[in-house]
Amino acid sequence: MTSSSQYKDSGRAGLEDVDEFVDILEERRRSSDLGYAFRTFNPQPYKGAPSCSTADLNKAVLESQYLSYMAKEIAMETGSSVEEVREEVCGILEEMSQNLQLGFIRMMAYTLSKVFKRLFTSILVNMEGLNMLQQAVQESPVILMPNHRSYMDFLAISYILFTYDIPVPVIAAGIPLAGMKMVGEILRRSGAFFIRRAIGSDKLYWAVLSEYVKTIVRRGFAPVEFYVEGLRSRTLKSLLPKLGMMHMVLEPFFKGEVYDITLVPISISYDRVLEESLLAHELLGVPKPKESTTGLLKATKVLQENYGSMHVNFGRPLSVRQLCHGKINRCQFNLVPRDLPQQPSAEAQACVSWLAHLMVRIQEEGLLISPWSLMACMLLQAPTTVLTEEGLLWHQLTEKTLWLRKLALDFGARLNWPGQVPDSDVISSTVALHCSVVQRKAGRVYLVQENEPLRKCPISPEDGVIRMAAPLLMLASYRNQSMHVFVRPAMLATAIRVTESTQRDELFSFFCFLQDVFSNEFIFIPGKSPQDFEEACVLLKKCGAVNFSQQEVMVLDAGSEVLSFLQALLQPFIDSYQVMFRYLCEEGVHVLSEKQFLPAVRNLATELILSGELCTYEALSSDMQKNVLSALRRLEAVTKLRASEQNEYRVNKAAVRRIGDILSRKIPPQMLQTTPDARL
Amino acid sequence: LHGCAPVWLEIMKWNGWGYSDSRFLFNKKGQAEFTGKRYRLSGMIIPGLKDWFEGTFGANLQHKTPPTPLLTNTAVPPATLNEAFVEEVKSTGIPFSHDAEDRVFRAHGHCLHEIFALREGKIGRVPDMVVWPSCHNDVVKIVQLACKHNVCLMPYGGGTSVSSALECPPEETRSIVSLDTSQMNRILWIDEKNLTAHVEAGIVGQDLERLLNESGYCTGHEPDSMEFSSLGGWVATRASGMKKNIYGNIEDLVVHIKMVTPQGVIEKSCQGPRMSTGPDIHHFIMGSEGTLGVVTEVTMKIRPMPEYQKYGSVVFPNFEQGVACLREVAKQRCAPASIRLMDNEQFKFGHALKPQVSSIFTSFLDGLKKFYITKFKGFDPNHLCVATLLFEGNREKVLQHEKQVYDIAAKFGGLAAGEDNGQRGYMLTFVIAYLRDLGMDYYVIGESFETSVPWDRVLDICRNVKARIIRECKDKGVQFPPLSTCRVTQTYDAGACVYFYFAFNYRGLSDPVHVYEQVEHAAREEILANGGSLSHHHGVGKLRKEWMRDTISNVGMGMLKSVKDYVDPNNIFGNRNLL
Repeated sequence: MTSSSQYKDSGRAGLEDVDEFVDILEERRRSSDLGYAFRTFNPQPYKGAPSCSTADLNKAVLESQYLSYMAKEIAMETGSSVEEVREEVCGILEEMSQNLQLGFIRMMAYTLSKVFKRLFTSILVNMEGLNMLQQAVQESPVILMPNHRSYMDFLAISYILFTYDIPVPVIAAGIPLAGMKMVGEILRRSGAFFIRRAIGSDKLYWAVLSEYVKTIVRRGFAPVEFYVEGLRSRTLKSLLPKLGMMHMVLEPFFKGEVYDITLVPISISYDRVLEESLLAHELLGVPKPKESTTGLLKATKVLQENYGSMHVNFGRPLSVRQLCHGKINRCQFNLVPRDLPQQPSAEAQACVSWLAHLMVRIQEEGLLISPWSLMACMLLQAPTTVLTEEGLLWHQLTEKTLWLRKLALDFGARLNWPGQVPDSDVISSTVALHCSVVQRKAGRVYLVQENEPLRKCPISPEDGVIRMAAPLLMLASYRNQSMHVFVRPAMLATAIRVTESTQRDELFSFFCFLQDVFSNEFIFIPGKSPQDFEEACVLLKKCGAVNFSQQEVMVLDAGSEVLSFLQALLQPFIDSYQVMFRYLCEEGVHVLSEKQFLPAVRNLATELILSGELCTYEALSSDMQKNVLSALRRLEAVTKLRASEQNEYRVNKAAVRRIGDILSRKIPPQMLQTTPDARL
Repeated sequence: LHGCAPVWLEIMKWNGWGYSDSRFLFNKKGQAEFTGKRYRLSGMIIPGLKDWFEGTFGANLQHKTPPTPLLTNTAVPPATLNEAFVEEVKSTGIPFSHDAEDRVFRAHGHCLHEIFALREGKIGRVPDMVVWPSCHNDVVKIVQLACKHNVCLMPYGGGTSVSSALECPPEETRSIVSLDTSQMNRILWIDEKNLTAHVEAGIVGQDLERLLNESGYCTGHEPDSMEFSSLGGWVATRASGMKKNIYGNIEDLVVHIKMVTPQGVIEKSCQGPRMSTGPDIHHFIMGSEGTLGVVTEVTMKIRPMPEYQKYGSVVFPNFEQGVACLREVAKQRCAPASIRLMDNEQFKFGHALKPQVSSIFTSFLDGLKKFYITKFKGFDPNHLCVATLLFEGNREKVLQHEKQVYDIAAKFGGLAAGEDNGQRGYMLTFVIAYLRDLGMDYYVIGESFETSVPWDRVLDICRNVKARIIRECKDKGVQFPPLSTCRVTQTYDAGACVYFYFAFNYRGLSDPVHVYEQVEHAAREEILANGGSLSHHHGVGKLRKEWMRDTISNVGMGMLKSVKDYVDPNNIFGNRNLL
């Protein structure tokens, strides 16, 4: 290992546990990819059980008592014969199952070496995490839980594990990938198994999937990799965890079928995300292209560009046994045969949900914040006209970014700020890397707007808004990469401004209200509001913005810059939510479907942007729009119509208005809902 | 006044297991030997034990922890006597004693912490007096006097409890009287027409079998402790015998029980083999652990002695296969009198206890067998495990039965491994308790505990509990990996009984007994979390009381409490077991 291949994130200087990141591409640039792909792959296997072939695995699933029971039950319910159901099971399993083969891993390793070298300057991996993982795979079944920001994530983990002689995982993937010609099969043989979207109430499908996943975990022959966020995040922000898979992987521990399960959170951070522009357009309602092989080939133009570095931070392996200690009484599984379906108890559900949220939080903490993300925070706080017309002064951006770097460090963020380079160079190279979003001209920075389409008639003002929105949403996404660092203090800062109070309990109740409203935007571990609040106080105190006691939080004079930055950081969310609340409270809206809601809100937001009433373009993001609906459903201000096929909702205007009024402090907050489970 | 059972006291250890003349020791050459003449292993050299012992525990023969040699009377708290009670007992003529040795001897069972304290010469609360009733009527008198004078009675049978059941509650302020049943040891009659025997409850297992054998009968009830444990103790703890597959457990064996309680004598009016007369009152008595009264007489089923006995053993490539085989045997309901499956660690342990072989030929044969199993059959010596078998009955049927069982075993990769291995396996049952005393001479402490569990969870519980023990030892600062091993000792239609052994080297620990207790506690939690029961046959005592409510539900606790409140409102039987 040469010294140049070692990368220390100097951003965390002062912390003792400075992780050592190693660039795995360095070796690839120096030696033959073919030789690498065909080297001896000799991972230390899991001690608990022998390896298990695809055929063995599928046979075990098919012959499981659970599936025979479910098949009988479903046959009874649907009136079809057990044989028919069994056949269906076989079909599902065939569609689902992975077919991990070393040969294909080698092929993938070869191809990915080529692709990665073209795309990235480096892929940096923390060796300590890998070493711990290597130990962990021998001890218990391992669940790899990366965040999901790009298609590049998909095989990156397998690639790294292959490189370091660790058993390659089987990976839960969305079914659309399986439909791609060739690629689907290649992924399958590289260990992917495919899960349908929107399984809903398809009981048989759930049964097959869960038995399949549980069997893999019980056998422990390969790590299971899955995205607890369920989907690729379009906004580069963490998504609320999905609990279905989480339940499945944990159940073998709950039922004592394995001694322990190891969870390994993995944080993947990109300097620049390949799909950045695609994602922004998707958020604006241009639908995502269907995954297809030709689409993939067309995307090869993205291969021409540079995407900076990718950081893969393997978190400390966590023992489910230890995490769940005292949180779940496993005796509850004693009275029903373990092979039969059992509705999870409230306790088990709460435990799984807590664990899933915790994992996402740990992923967030493991992310490396790029200079660009800090810059994006700053850029978004400049008026839009400055970005598009006057241009932001270069030295101003530099200063502010450096100021924010200090704040982020105070808040304990991990930065990937290059160490041995002057700060000005860092800023320049960062802007250069993101030339698709901003460009530097004559000492100023401008937003890059999309090329005007060749057409005669001038574009309408509405189209102008949409065109402007794309780069702004890209910026917002990059800002989101560091939101988790700032969100708690930002909520406190907002509470301080909105309530104009210094009373701790008053601030706390508004803080909780904000958490309630925005818990689809940001990840908060259920039931941990007091700790979150405490953390916010401590961080604001640390950076000299406030002082606090048992009763009070006092703003310090020196704190105004921090506080106003933090308030401004959260403002786009508040403003966007208010726009949508306003739409829902309009005359005429009583029952609406998601399909109607999105364009209607988009129109209203466009109108308000044009009139200058709304400053943020984020209200145009379909992600935020959907989050508002979910939040209101959670707060019981809208209810889903049970009979409705097309996701129709009934709006309780008074309730929506009340939430909006609290948010703008027209009325004081009251607890909108009871906390999900106080025990958590 | 001195106790009337001095013989017993003299031939038994006061601070360890079993007979004074029988013990393991490492001789001057560093070889292990077993002293005395009572067992098959007695007087033999066990060449493999030293290496196994040092290798398994990281123990060293140089590092000794000998026990305090003699009981010093000054260490024993003075007796708190209820003078009026003593006077009245004296007038009945029932022998009694408040001699320190007699009291200490009856103040403990064989839990690790109890023996450890004795070896260190530490004596806690002990009974203040011992009485030796010699018949049912004596017991009636004693119980009446105890009620009259409000003294606490603690029935004492064989003293083999491993649930802290014999520990005197430290908070007890009344005079505690140990009611030793050992003098009530007669067979009162044998009914050859109905094949029952009416026996006094103080009789110990080996005497009962010997006396019945003289008439050509047996009970077939053989718990591992049968040399010392008593009939009354079996009833009071719901004991289980090794050969329960043929003869049944204690609840299957008893036909009639007589128990003296503070409210009077409880018994049924007839000896009908089964009754539908409400909840069976025997089930209030069985497992009552001395909290309700003293069992004085029991009518028990007897059987003609078996014409033929044959041991056997089967080697399996791994524990999973072995369990699958036992499950199949249980399914086909063809379990021999006894079938036990030892895991790999225990197999190695058993191997280490092989006595020195006299002839080169035997050792050559052993080598050949080992070669055949490990090399030719490809069994991994670190995975293989062994089942020991005992068949009983008439010769022809035994042979037939044997074939059936071996055929099933073959389906699970099992290889017949000879009678000798089987027989040695059962012999170990009786000497293993002596081995703990040897361990304790060299910084090694350990114990066994058991559970019962449905078939589908057997493998999981074995793996998880063993793993938990190892993990907990590490976390608690135990310097060397512990011995953590198990065996499946009984099969039932719906599950099995699993026995765990656990021992570790405690050098470097300041409070080894506390560490031991923490690990055992964790292991029990693990058992319960994996669907195992609180106890299959050891009972609850005071050691496992904390889990009773979860085990039998609030209502269940209430039921048992209300029985206790009716039968013994003043808590005369105040050993505080169970509830």
